[in-house]
Amino acid sequence: MDGILDAIVLMTNFVLIPGLAYGSQLALGALGVTLIFAILRFSNFAHGDMMAFGTMATILFTWWFQSMGINFGILPTALLALPFGIAVSIGFTLLTDRVVYRFYRRQKSAPIVVIMASVGVMFVMNGLVRLIIGPNDQRFDDGARFIIKASEFKDWSGLNEGLALRSTQLLTVVVAIVVVAALFWFLQRTRTGKAMRAYSDNEDLALLSGINPERVVMVAWILAATLATIAGVLYGLDKSFKPFTYFQLLLPIFAAAIVGGFGQPLGAIAGGFIIAFSEVTITYAYKKFIIYLVPESWAPDGLAQLLSTDYKFAISFVILVVVLLIRPTGIFKGKVA
Amino acid sequence: MSFLIGENMTGGYGAADILHDCTIAVEKGEIAVIVGPNGAGKSTAMKAVFGMLGLRKGRVMLGDRDITALSPQDRVRAGMGFVPQNSNVFTSMTVQENLEMGAFIRRDDFSGTMEQVFHLFPILKEKRFQPAGELSGGQRQQVAVGRALMTQPKVLMLDEPTAGVSPIVMDELFDRILEVAKTGIAILMVEQNARQALNIADKGYVLVQGANRFTDTGAALLANPEVRKSFLGG
Amino acid sequence: MRNLGLFALMGAALCAVGVFSSWSESLQILNLCLISAIMALGVNMQWGYAGLFNVGIMGFAALGGVAAVLVAMPPVAETWAVGSKGIGLTLVALAITIAVTLFVRAKLQGRARKWATAACIIVGYFAIREIFDPAVDAIEAVDAARTGYLGGLGLPIMLSWIVGGAFAAGAAWVVGKIALGLRADYLAIATLGIAEIIVALLKNEDWLSRGVKNVTGLPRPVPYEADLQAAPWFNDLALRLGGDVISLSSIFVKLCYAVLFTIVLMIVLWFAERALKSPWGRMMRAIRDNRDAAAAMGKNVTRRHLQVFVLGSAVVGLAGAMMTTLDGQFTPGTYQPLRFTFLIWVMVIVGGSGNNWGSILGGFLIWFLWIEAEPVGRWLTETLGAWLPADSPIKDQLADSAAYLRPLVMGTILLLVLRFSPRGLIPERH
Repeated sequence: MDGILDAIVLMTNFVLIPGLAYGSQLALGALGVTLIFAILRFSNFAHGDMMAFGTMATILFTWWFQSMGINFGILPTALLALPFGIAVSIGFTLLTDRVVYRFYRRQKSAPIVVIMASVGVMFVMNGLVRLIIGPNDQRFDDGARFIIKASEFKDWSGLNEGLALRSTQLLTVVVAIVVVAALFWFLQRTRTGKAMRAYSDNEDLALLSGINPERVVMVAWILAATLATIAGVLYGLDKSFKPFTYFQLLLPIFAAAIVGGFGQPLGAIAGGFIIAFSEVTITYAYKKFIIYLVPESWAPDGLAQLLSTDYKFAISFVILVVVLLIRPTGIFKGKVA
Repeated sequence: MSFLIGENMTGGYGAADILHDCTIAVEKGEIAVIVGPNGAGKSTAMKAVFGMLGLRKGRVMLGDRDITALSPQDRVRAGMGFVPQNSNVFTSMTVQENLEMGAFIRRDDFSGTMEQVFHLFPILKEKRFQPAGELSGGQRQQVAVGRALMTQPKVLMLDEPTAGVSPIVMDELFDRILEVAKTGIAILMVEQNARQALNIADKGYVLVQGANRFTDTGAALLANPEVRKSFLGG
Repeated sequence: MRNLGLFALMGAALCAVGVFSSWSESLQILNLCLISAIMALGVNMQWGYAGLFNVGIMGFAALGGVAAVLVAMPPVAETWAVGSKGIGLTLVALAITIAVTLFVRAKLQGRARKWATAACIIVGYFAIREIFDPAVDAIEAVDAARTGYLGGLGLPIMLSWIVGGAFAAGAAWVVGKIALGLRADYLAIATLGIAEIIVALLKNEDWLSRGVKNVTGLPRPVPYEADLQAAPWFNDLALRLGGDVISLSSIFVKLCYAVLFTIVLMIVLWFAERALKSPWGRMMRAIRDNRDAAAAMGKNVTRRHLQVFVLGSAVVGLAGAMMTTLDGQFTPGTYQPLRFTFLIWVMVIVGGSGNNWGSILGGFLIWFLWIEAEPVGRWLTETLGAWLPADSPIKDQLADSAAYLRPLVMGTILLLVLRFSPRGLIPERH
């Protein structure tokens, strides 16, 4: 009996909880990308570095607050700094729209040109972030680290395996739920939100109905910058902030958005969790798990790992390829061609 | 003095003119129908009245206001409604949301108008929370018309409303259009189904190659042997 | 003619480096300019001819690099003895899995087919891993510090240039089959992904190419400096030219490479120009400019795109193999998106997309700026820093930041050119 409980705790600790946290982060990232695709109709390659930029701004404010002795008790100070980081991120994003993307919108340029421009923006942002904060790892979390400590759990349950719940993990899931709920309320219940859905659905008819396209675009960028910053901060709190990692997150984020259906917010969320759980379950070493469940003699020699963690990005890619081959519109039927 | 008139319109989408000195007019509460062979410029004439293409010559008057220079969105604000032929609803949004979007430029409470639309098109009230994309062709056309009516326009323009629908649905649509006209709205319609359309028309315009060929009441045109031979199949 | 003037300016810049710094350095820059130009030609084929956006250039270049290792390095006898059977069996198992999967797919229909395909792949994967993992462990255990990998075929390294092109073409074919015919965005994302995976594979599969332990001492197609310095005919030459033997040997070697690379460049350019001007090229551009009309005329757009995509990637692979040859070593860690994918794109856009001469000029110009950016940047920050007080924190930050100014500057150049001069320095001729 104990073996089974141990196995369950092991799974929860190393697969379920990390999967939920990572899935929430990817979902928020994918939501930003999918929104921009729905409204501006191009894949924003700068999104990863937008996340880095917003997180960097939040980190700077966090350090400032910390140096002034302000903190948030058991919650990370970064949460206090988050609104400021978001504001800076929104400002910079609206600036890039005004300076870069608006021109191509007016010209009705082919999406490929806009994507190329977004690659240019990506490198400018990348350079800026590394210029301002340096390329190294930054840790900026504070407050209580653990909600449940592994040792406490072991004492309480008497089991072999400890369950640890980090505050950043719980925070990630809670914040993600709040943000998603707010976003859906906005899209489904407010006049502007409905206007955005209408614009995404049928641009000509939306214009005919008197919907102001520049306003819709502006709100889309504001939402994308907000989502990107929150996703980036949550990821940075949970793991750590390193500018290069955010570029690498582009692949799983795009995969998540496409799997769920490009342009569909619900799809972005579903896709985020699918990709996250796939990555975590496929790269997990099941050796201990199997040992808990089967008799000694059947214990595996190796780590019983499907794929090494070095290849975790390959998983998003394979899932993406499979989706493109079988069902390019994704789960919730996004736009394809 | 017509309520809405596009006078001596000459113009096209690019260098070549499609319309040549074309005149279309309609009164309040009247149904005016534009018919003609394929490529006659019927849709182009209506789009010109709505401001979707520039006129080299001629003008458009709404009441005593010259609206030739206004953009389509501004003409909507001035009291015109337009139902395009294709993709005329927001397929991913519910019927009710479609109507809400129709009333987007209004800042006042439009629930009264929505009730009126539901009264005119009872099936829409029944399906108000269904996505418009799930409705049948005829029902979708009703959503499209309802959407345009939400701004309480004085003129309603429809581009081939019965394109691709079955004869029964077409009859029902025409019945609804008659109801709308009874409320005092001027209706301008381009139609491929000339015979049925002229049946309900107060005024008919037969266009050939972008110019007026015959202009008369619907009944007169139906009775006109030349018109019957050329466009109505005898 | 304006274009000649631009190229002359470029030549002058290279000479300036030779005069102010050293001819050896100038030639090194020239060699990489030549290689960059070839890569730009490959990318231009995809973008300029067909409007395809390949964000995975670094992967194709890396495939070229690994080809150099696999073709030219001598085989390592010990590892072959230990691991060849395992690897051989793995390949057989892979072939069997693929054959069984295809057979099953041909025989079944509908849902049964989908489930059966998945089952075949999963069972096959585990079976292959069972054979593969022990073989890999055995190979990597052999003399891990110096070898720990299978080695290559011991063939002349210039052969690897063609093999590199073939590798890249193969990968491009797979990606193209999957992602072409869908939105342009999807090709971009798919190429981004394949590049990441290729580089990850090369970094981790030590048994293949030593991973991040790198392979050094690749054979050369040109003489070694040490051999030259020992050769009597070379010493005579040095005496006659009045230069010192050591630096002259370095210059001679680089000059040899330059000649080789220029020959390759000319060949690639000739093919590219022929293709551009041929009916095939015209059809490509017609498809690029109006895809729907071309499709309506019965042209199989996707197949044409696949052809261009594969050819362009092959050229990039070729250049990648050449680059590894020049380096004399294979370092998978150097395949960074900024240095490869992005920089080549700036070259194509700035030089003139759709024009082969433009791509060459772009290759030269942007590589030159990229390389000179570092010393110039350092000089700038030092001069600026001299104005600041000695212990100013900004001074340190500035000194460190010279490296990050590169992506900033390159990004800004790309954005400016895309916006204000999208046709580039040498525009496409219609």
